[in-house]
Amino acid sequence: MSQIFHRSTNTIARVSMFGAVFFIAGLLGLLAQINRSPWVTTARAAKEQPIQFSHERHVAGNGIDCRYCHSSVEDSAFAGIPPTKTCMNCHSQIFANSPFLEPVRASFRSGTSIEWTRVHDLPDFVYFNHSIHVRKGVGCTTCHGQVDRMPLMWQEQSLQMEWCLDCHRNPEQYVRPRGAVFRVDYEPPANQLELGRRLVAEYQIQKLTSCSTCHR
Amino acid sequence: MTGSHTTTTKGTRGARPFWRTLDEQADDPKFVERLYSEFPSEIEAITDPVARRTFLKLMGASLALAGVTACTRQPAEKIVPYVRQPEELIPGKPLFYATAMPLGGVATGLLVESHEGRPTKIEGNPLHPGSLGATDVFAQAAILGLYDPDRSRTLTDLGEIRPWSAFLGAIRAALTAQQPLKGAGLRLLTESVHSPTLAAQIRELLSHYPSAKWHQWDPASPENARAGARLAFGEYVDAQYRFDQADVILSLDADFLGGGPGGLRYARDFASRRRPEQADRMNRLYAIESMPTPTGSRADHRLPLKPSEVESVAWAIADAVTPGPKGPGLQNPAHAKWSEAVAKDLQAHRGRSLVIAGDGQPATVHALAHAMNAALGNAGKTVVYTQPVETEPVHQLDSVRDLVADMNAGKVDLLVIVGGNPVYTAPVDLEFGEAMNNVQLRVHLSLYDDETSERCQWQIPEAHFLESWSDARAYDGTVSIIQPLIAPLYGGKSAHELLAAMSDRPERSAYDIVREFWSAQDGAQNEFEASWRRWLHDGVIANSAYAPKTVTLQSPVAGRLSSVDSRQSPASSPQSPAPSPQPPATIEISFRNDPCVLDGRFANNGWLQELPKPITRLTWDNAIIVSPATAAKLRAEGTPAFEGGEHGQILSLVFEVKYRGRSVRGALFPVVGHPDDCVTVHLGYGCSRAGHVGTGAGFNANAIRTSDALTFGAGAKLIATNDRATLACTQYHHLMEGRGMVRAVTRDEYVRDPKSIHEGDETPPKIITLYPEVKYEGYKWGMAIDVNACIGCNACVVGCQAENNIPVIGKEQVLRGREMHWLRVDTYYRGPAENPETYFQPVPCMQCENAPCEVVCPVGATVHSSEGLNDMVYNRCVGTRYCSNNCPYKVRRFNFLLYQDWDTPSLKLARNPDVTVRSRGVMEKCTYCVQRINAAKIESEKEDRSVRDGEIKTACQQACPAEAIVFGNLNDPNSRVAKLQSEVRNYSLLGELNTRPRTTYLGAVRNVNPELGA
Repeated sequence: MSQIFHRSTNTIARVSMFGAVFFIAGLLGLLAQINRSPWVTTARAAKEQPIQFSHERHVAGNGIDCRYCHSSVEDSAFAGIPPTKTCMNCHSQIFANSPFLEPVRASFRSGTSIEWTRVHDLPDFVYFNHSIHVRKGVGCTTCHGQVDRMPLMWQEQSLQMEWCLDCHRNPEQYVRPRGAVFRVDYEPPANQLELGRRLVAEYQIQKLTSCSTCHR
Repeated sequence: MTGSHTTTTKGTRGARPFWRTLDEQADDPKFVERLYSEFPSEIEAITDPVARRTFLKLMGASLALAGVTACTRQPAEKIVPYVRQPEELIPGKPLFYATAMPLGGVATGLLVESHEGRPTKIEGNPLHPGSLGATDVFAQAAILGLYDPDRSRTLTDLGEIRPWSAFLGAIRAALTAQQPLKGAGLRLLTESVHSPTLAAQIRELLSHYPSAKWHQWDPASPENARAGARLAFGEYVDAQYRFDQADVILSLDADFLGGGPGGLRYARDFASRRRPEQADRMNRLYAIESMPTPTGSRADHRLPLKPSEVESVAWAIADAVTPGPKGPGLQNPAHAKWSEAVAKDLQAHRGRSLVIAGDGQPATVHALAHAMNAALGNAGKTVVYTQPVETEPVHQLDSVRDLVADMNAGKVDLLVIVGGNPVYTAPVDLEFGEAMNNVQLRVHLSLYDDETSERCQWQIPEAHFLESWSDARAYDGTVSIIQPLIAPLYGGKSAHELLAAMSDRPERSAYDIVREFWSAQDGAQNEFEASWRRWLHDGVIANSAYAPKTVTLQSPVAGRLSSVDSRQSPASSPQSPAPSPQPPATIEISFRNDPCVLDGRFANNGWLQELPKPITRLTWDNAIIVSPATAAKLRAEGTPAFEGGEHGQILSLVFEVKYRGRSVRGALFPVVGHPDDCVTVHLGYGCSRAGHVGTGAGFNANAIRTSDALTFGAGAKLIATNDRATLACTQYHHLMEGRGMVRAVTRDEYVRDPKSIHEGDETPPKIITLYPEVKYEGYKWGMAIDVNACIGCNACVVGCQAENNIPVIGKEQVLRGREMHWLRVDTYYRGPAENPETYFQPVPCMQCENAPCEVVCPVGATVHSSEGLNDMVYNRCVGTRYCSNNCPYKVRRFNFLLYQDWDTPSLKLARNPDVTVRSRGVMEKCTYCVQRINAAKIESEKEDRSVRDGEIKTACQQACPAEAIVFGNLNDPNSRVAKLQSEVRNYSLLGELNTRPRTTYLGAVRNVNPELGA
């Protein structure tokens, strides 16, 4: 056989067999990373909306509380997108003639809803409930990011199941006092884990990881 | 598989085994062999247009494409908020509104769940006396009826679409022509009217046109009960029964548990007296009936008789318990012992007994029941009389006959038909449809463009009761305001608006009409707004039930009765008792409303069509129902023919039923417990214009139903044809081979030793498991189902279907055993096929703690939750079906095809947004309504408390009129379910498999009269 193959062939064969394991593992790892990347999750990509609504202006600039517009966040699964009437509460007085706000006024005049593009879109087989998360001390910015620094809204987190489970398994990493849930300037303290453990006990936070918690 | 099984499928517990089907009872080895054949050859041969080769080609292509489709992104979703949000509405949270469903006119109070303005689920109203929180199958299925895309959508004149204003012009012109005639040519045909507002409108119309006539015809209302009360008391009165007060009950062919006015209330009251833990309070039910019904199945003693023979036995019992002249004596002396024992038992419980007659029986039998109740001192105690709940009770057959006579005589110029489908439902000999041609202008208000609409110039789409304002009285007279949940989907009009169109103020809305009427009724004007809001909120007008009325029996009863014109009972006159030893050459025929589609008004409702009917377990068809002995006599070989595995199907011989010169053809179907030489046919099938779902299903029994034999008659002939028809009967599906599915003892046995219910039970093996013991902290969900209380009404099945977005699959798929119901009601028999004991057993997922399904799933799509639920994760399921194979209870359902209708827009509105809509290739099953569990848990945690007992009701539990299903937390020793599971009667289904099911059953206890024996 030595006439056909050079002696180095043995080494090459061994190395490539050994290397193939790493190559395949690396390929799978790459795929996993691609699947987590914003290219797939669309995280941190601002979405086009019918009106150039800026959370930065309304939250950081005007200091409006989240619940003024997202009024059902404490009661319902759905945080609520404000009806046109909520916009007009202010904008019938402020910037009442701004051309940017014409779609809002048109909606109010005609009674036709504004069609917003959903930014945080969970798969249809996932049932997420805002009210219980807010009640258990999960802050708005923990999932939605620094909304007060978003001129156009984007999705901050991957919204993938591993991201949900990260908190559902170890809630003490993220929970904050109830009073601080709606604060956008909240910074987790240095002793977050210590505070977190205390809050988990105080708020009776369970580590719910059964499938039917979210899927049904 | 075949060789390894040597046992039979029959339950082997005790001396008297349970069985499900005739083949099983006969213990035919061929049946057993077929049962175990995994791939029954006959199945392929049904009608499979896709041959195996084509199938493989397609599968190859779709597998290749499947990878590509996985790469698509989710389409961007829109959020569409309100412009001005309604005040009480919180987006994402359902609201509940009280309303009522009229059926045969009678209201059942409902609470309807509304998600952002679309009704999705119907529950009973706990404040309503006719519901007490429960519902029947019709109320549950009304949601699908509302969104039915086949409903009449446009107002038409001779098939052309016209606006409402055009109709207003046309009717105005016709009425103006009637003005000088005082309405002599005007006829109004309605169903039974229980709406005070509608009655007032009709009376106002009649006051304007004094010569006009109002006719009524409603196949769902109790005609014979009306006539019977009149016969007994000389006036129309309504009887209400107090089953909670009755110790001994005699039913004369009355299916009081199976529906009808007050049926839900009666079932609740009846079941409350069936708890053997309070053995001294257990009632005893004697039932005489022809077609086996839920009531007869719950009876402690059931006597199957031809409908015509009931009267004779009723007379015999009446003779014993009432004073005065005697009746004609028993036709068949064989029933003497039975009737004597019943009479004795009734007399031993004076004032605490109850006799009730069914609507299939003639007025005489009803009058006899009234006479017996009076003689037994039950009047005012177990039976209460009130003024009729109907606003204008009439003899409806006479009413419609008069109308036909007038039409034929050319006396009718304008016929306005408000609801109903008389061309299809009226007795065939009246030839209602033909007579209509003599009327100049014909107007029909109806939900569907049906057989009657076809013969009318104007067809007006009717508003569904969930779309319009109205009012109606319950069985006891309690008024409910019917409030709409949604604006009319297809611009439908209500009866109120049609009547308004015929008045001076044609443009009034139904809301204005109903409100105006009640505002006039309510004395305190300034407080009316408050009262109105209270009525709408509660769903009932408080204290509006009719007060009990003292009635006096016309005397002498017996003498009067025997002189009655026996038009109502043509089959046999009591004066000629001639018990014939030979079987008669002809057969008696009995007509019944179908238990699922009634008189055909629900024919286009897929949920009801696919719902296995109580007892027969037929879907999608009616049949010519006879006893097994009669079927054998008719030499109907091979009926039913069992066709293997779980996929049973009935290949039945088609017979021609000849009756009074008319005939129909239908498939023969033997039913155990049915009397011999007698045939029962169900109405409501064979509609020609029902819609996509109902048209063509079954045969039209109305075609041989004449006015002199509305409920039964003698002289029918059955002639065999060479055709065969396939019936989809689910009694053969999901057979759980094994032991002790149902456990039943008599009350005496139970009192002597409560443990006797488990006699012959196999000792469960010592718990050997490789898995570590799991402790369930927190909640531990469980369910207890009382087999003794279950009346087999199926309300739970439709309730589950509505709550959990369960698709309808069609007859062809049911024939393959693929029905998707997460909850099924199994029927078990014990004893001889002529008259067996019958037991119903609802079987949802058992939520086993050691679930056999979980260990075989290769992808972890079914796993256990921390609260002991056996979770099903649809998005993980790849459709191996291993779990289903390994489930001993056969409760898993697989989407073999894309059963869910994803296209029809109106059906999308009907879905529960809290439950995933499953696609094809996915396994699914009962989840204990996990969406309700989660919702209640979230609400409780927001209030820093734990879930209260009774806060979570599963959909099946909520629908159940008999309170047979109880769900709750087993870790709470005070919860109802924990208490029930600690009863002696409690047992686990197939507990010997060590699956440790969370759903357990309470055994049945029959209160047998020792004189008659078990």
